[in-house]
Amino acid sequence: MIESYVYDIIYIVLGFIFLLTLYRLVVGPSIPDRAMSLDAGTNLLIAGMVIWALDSGRGIYIDVAIVYAILAFVGVVALARYIEGRVKE
Amino acid sequence: MNIEEIFGLILIFAGFFFFFASAIGMIRMPDLYNRLQAATKTSTLGAMLTLLGIGVIWPANFFKIVVLIVFVLLTSPITGHALARSGYISGVPLYEKTVVDKYAGQKPSGGEKDD
Repeated sequence: MIESYVYDIIYIVLGFIFLLTLYRLVVGPSIPDRAMSLDAGTNLLIAGMVIWALDSGRGIYIDVAIVYAILAFVGVVALARYIEGRVKE
Repeated sequence: MNIEEIFGLILIFAGFFFFFASAIGMIRMPDLYNRLQAATKTSTLGAMLTLLGIGVIWPANFFKIVVLIVFVLLTSPITGHALARSGYISGVPLYEKTVVDKYAGQKPSGGEKDD
């Protein structure tokens, strides 16, 4: 059994990396920069959800992570197609 | 802690190292396309290593974690490609030291233009 302070270290490191990822969401000069930041944050959140599933001992949260991955993929691709349609003349 | 948990924690922190490299690359790279290179590849590898570490620690749910790993591995390059294409078509400027731009002469036709 993993001690609980190991999970505390994991969550703190994960939150720090997530804040670094959000930098490009705030200051990104173009819209694809912000969408890219959301995509990287999605991968981080998937990893965090599965770690939380291991921490709480409930395997159903892995299914939540799978559904979240599918929805985020569809969202980012739809956003990219939308940006592609706005051709700057 | 037994040996599986130590090995799994090593894999999880290796994945966090790749996430950290991805975040640093996204902050420091000069233009959108370099940032996309830095973001998609390394965060895919980071997610795969982290999930594999949890699958090593918790072998009862290994199949679902493998499904998640395969899904991340398949979809992350697609989003990177779609974002790079949308950025190029919508006119995001290249870095000024870019050497080759094979897409430049042919004006790429965007999606459905409504004007």
